[in-house]
Amino acid sequence: MTDPDKTPDKSTDGSAREYLSFLVGGQDYCVDIMQVREIRGGAKATTLPHSPSYMIGVINLRGTVLPIMDLAGRLELGAETDTERNVIIVVATGERVVGLMVDAVSDILAISEGDLQPPPDLPADQQRSFVSALTIMENRMIRVLDLGAVVPHSDEEAA
Amino acid sequence: MSDPMAEIRASFFIECEELLEALQDGLQTMYDGEGDGETVNIVFRAVHSIKGGAGAFGLDGLVSFAHRFETALDEVRGGRLDADANVLKLFFTCNDILGDLVRESRDGVEHDQSRIDPVLAELDALLGGTPAEADEPDEPIEFEVTSLDFDLDLGAAETDETEDAGDPVWAVKFQPSAMLYANGNEPLFLFRALRDLGALTVTCLDNDLPPLADLDCEHAHIGWDMRLATSEDRAAIAEAFDFVEGLCTLDIDQIGGDLAIPDLPDLSDLSDGSDDAPLDAAAGTEVVTRAEPEPAPAAEVAPAPTPPPVSPKLEDAVAPAKDKPSVASAAPPSTPRATVRVDLDRIDRLVNLVGEIVINQAMLSQSVEAAGIPPNSPVRTGLEEFQQLTRDIQESVMMIRAQPVKSLFQRMSRIVREASADIGKDVRLRTEGENTEVDKTVIERLADPLTHMIRNAVDHGLEQNAVRESAGKQREGTVYLTALHRSGRVVIEVADDGAGINRPKVLKKAIEKELVPADSQLTDGEIDNLLFLPGFSTADEISNLSGRGVGMDVVRSSIQALGGRISIQSEPGKGTTFSISLPLTLAVLDGMVVRVAGETLVVPLNAIFETLAVTQDDLRAFGPSTHVINIRDSFVPLIDLGAELGYRRPLDDYSGGVVLLIGQEDGLSAAVVVDAIEDQRQVVIKGLQESYGRVPGIAAATILGDGQIALILDPIDLIAQASGLTKVSAPAPAQIAKPKDVVNGARS
Amino acid sequence: MTMQVLAVDDSRTMRDMVRLALNAEGIETHLAEDGIHGLEVLDEMNPPDAIITDINMPRMDGFGFIDAVRSREEYRSIPILVLTTESAAEMKNRAREAGATGWIVKPFDPAKLVKAVRMVAG
Repeated sequence: MTDPDKTPDKSTDGSAREYLSFLVGGQDYCVDIMQVREIRGGAKATTLPHSPSYMIGVINLRGTVLPIMDLAGRLELGAETDTERNVIIVVATGERVVGLMVDAVSDILAISEGDLQPPPDLPADQQRSFVSALTIMENRMIRVLDLGAVVPHSDEEAA
Repeated sequence: MSDPMAEIRASFFIECEELLEALQDGLQTMYDGEGDGETVNIVFRAVHSIKGGAGAFGLDGLVSFAHRFETALDEVRGGRLDADANVLKLFFTCNDILGDLVRESRDGVEHDQSRIDPVLAELDALLGGTPAEADEPDEPIEFEVTSLDFDLDLGAAETDETEDAGDPVWAVKFQPSAMLYANGNEPLFLFRALRDLGALTVTCLDNDLPPLADLDCEHAHIGWDMRLATSEDRAAIAEAFDFVEGLCTLDIDQIGGDLAIPDLPDLSDLSDGSDDAPLDAAAGTEVVTRAEPEPAPAAEVAPAPTPPPVSPKLEDAVAPAKDKPSVASAAPPSTPRATVRVDLDRIDRLVNLVGEIVINQAMLSQSVEAAGIPPNSPVRTGLEEFQQLTRDIQESVMMIRAQPVKSLFQRMSRIVREASADIGKDVRLRTEGENTEVDKTVIERLADPLTHMIRNAVDHGLEQNAVRESAGKQREGTVYLTALHRSGRVVIEVADDGAGINRPKVLKKAIEKELVPADSQLTDGEIDNLLFLPGFSTADEISNLSGRGVGMDVVRSSIQALGGRISIQSEPGKGTTFSISLPLTLAVLDGMVVRVAGETLVVPLNAIFETLAVTQDDLRAFGPSTHVINIRDSFVPLIDLGAELGYRRPLDDYSGGVVLLIGQEDGLSAAVVVDAIEDQRQVVIKGLQESYGRVPGIAAATILGDGQIALILDPIDLIAQASGLTKVSAPAPAQIAKPKDVVNGARS
Repeated sequence: MTMQVLAVDDSRTMRDMVRLALNAEGIETHLAEDGIHGLEVLDEMNPPDAIITDINMPRMDGFGFIDAVRSREEYRSIPILVLTTESAAEMKNRAREAGATGWIVKPFDPAKLVKAVRMVAG
């Protein structure tokens, strides 16, 4: 579902990989573009009973049931996302496909391996576990989202 | 073909299942007294084919058992053994063991000889005490297991030792009879086989040839004299003549240890002779003899160290000899059956796609309506046709997944045999509607509950032989297993002609176990339904058969998980019938679309007994935050669906709401309160498990006509999961409900 | 020229085995499930170089099939091999009386099958 025309493949030119950057809770995040399936507008979700508060619900994505997560809530950024107006980034991690609700999609960035730095070791900060790396671009700090950590496993949710 | 042998092996085991089915069918037909000669043949052939294939794969255990079984069947086929009821019972047992052996062979599981031996002993006893030993010595030869090697390398082995100049020389005199040709034999090929053994020279003996005019076409006139130098023994030489033994005169004598034979006939003489050979009926023979001598001298002078090649010249000679048209356009290999084997995944993909169409079309209809297009416009008409087509396609696609229940019923027939033998009751299983088709998954998931029900019928349903006789019934009890289609569902019935449910005993037991209050006044139907209560069947009645730790409550849960219902009817002295009603498919579901707290949900129709409007007067507080509702003088716990699913806080006033009486036929029901009922329709089931995970109280999801996802309720889970807010804590009120009345009321 | 064989057997496994063994030798194999079917296939194809047939089959057994083949002028000289599980002389005699050319004892070694076919059909 990734459209290769929109996102020219530069990953072959050596160290640089492409990332989709977006705003959530006023902060800059990005994910590896290879994990992005599509970007779509917000839609009314069906609430899932007994789900964590950051689970907005499920929507119909061309006949499949797509769970939607409020990323700000998941990252505990505090900000409430307006579910009707925002953007859903459909990402795949492992076998699972989920929609991440964010404030806005910013850009596609080519970041080379050398420009990535490990996140600072801040054991007190919960956010730490959701971020796999950091980079600075045009004086903005952009966090690389660790999707494996953000997307819970199904047994986690079943509880 | 990746591994042709593995594929054939797999297909062999599939074929075995078909053969086993035919075998069991045939035996049943014989048992029912409806068999004829062909039935016996079919049964025999089934075992015979299993044996044949098993031999090819070196499945010794399977081969030897099939052989013994086959021998007994052959006695019946030959009219030497009467297939009475006892014999057939033994054959049924053999059939079961054969099935086990097939599956064990397939799965590479060790055979349990202790099960096989007693049956073999019975077979021996049956065959007039023919001791097994008498048959035994033959077997290693007849059923010699050959290891299969498809790297065909003909001739290599034969030539290993043929180079030695010092090989013994044999004189072979060969005089075919007319019969040899009539049977399609071809001397040339015999010579070739001999040449594979060593250096060969051939002389044609045409002395017997009459003048052309006197030639008798039905008579063979020509013979051959051969010299063969080979290290092989006489048996190896004779083997080449295996097929023609008795159709010719044949002398094989060893005449020396050297190839250089002084009296070797002149080769020119040989070809002259055959040149003159007139053509007779077996025309090919003569042409061939003319060609034959050519390779012979070569072989004589220098025995080939490599496998003797078939010279192109010979090939040329053979072709015209056969007098057949050239095979330029080969007919396509004929396919044995007009069926296609398809991966289940592909079918499921198709099922999913059709589900998409159904949803899409519903959405389209909704948009068309919203656009205010009048009912009789071409767009509307076209859309209606489209709807009809979609339904037809959906049904057809569902039918691809459907299978006859026959295989399932056959498994049950074994259960009956084993169960009845275990407890010494004479039981006959009568099946009907074996060709009724049901979704493959439904069939698979029915096996366990049905097994349990069949065991129950044999164990508890039917009386002991003596009891039956003293009650004036036939000594042999009958269990009926029936499948039929009824109004878009499949109904499967398990019935017995036993004593019926002992209601006083059941009630007493339920009271003892505190499943119902001691002073309960229950109708017959209500008592019968107590059997479905969890905890009803427990240790004290665990017999060898049915008491395997599962009760009828588990059976009912399995049926409900398939979207089915189970009900029970019983008449004292006459018997008991369990009826299972199932959807034709697991892909769609008949549901009631309801709204609660702004959310849309689907409740499976099969779980709803009745719907009622709520008036506050009917509600009673029961415990701090629990309500019960008074339905026809029974109190049923109230579950606020909106609160239960966390959509809202429990309401103070439920007036104006709608109650769905859901649950199970025995009265373990609950009144689920919702805001409104919107629709009743078929929905396509979308799994939630794989995309998200399990949600308590929710079975799956579906997509409605407006494109929105609606969750499908799992009513049984909902009741079980009911939280403290509307907890169904005390069992007592639940049991007071009069399920029978409610059931009757629900389906009006 | 490709050699052609017609194999008649009611067991799919056996048919597959025969076909596999012969195909490995470049012999084109046509298949039929019983005698009647065998005759139908026979009429649809060019006369084969050899026929292999099972004995015990529904509708028309191997003996009946051989008889029917032999009674037709154009098929009279086609070599016919009988597939049998019995190596007993009695079976051989019956097969021969019916007009069979030779026999293959099941279970067969593919090499032996091919050898038998070569023995009767080149």
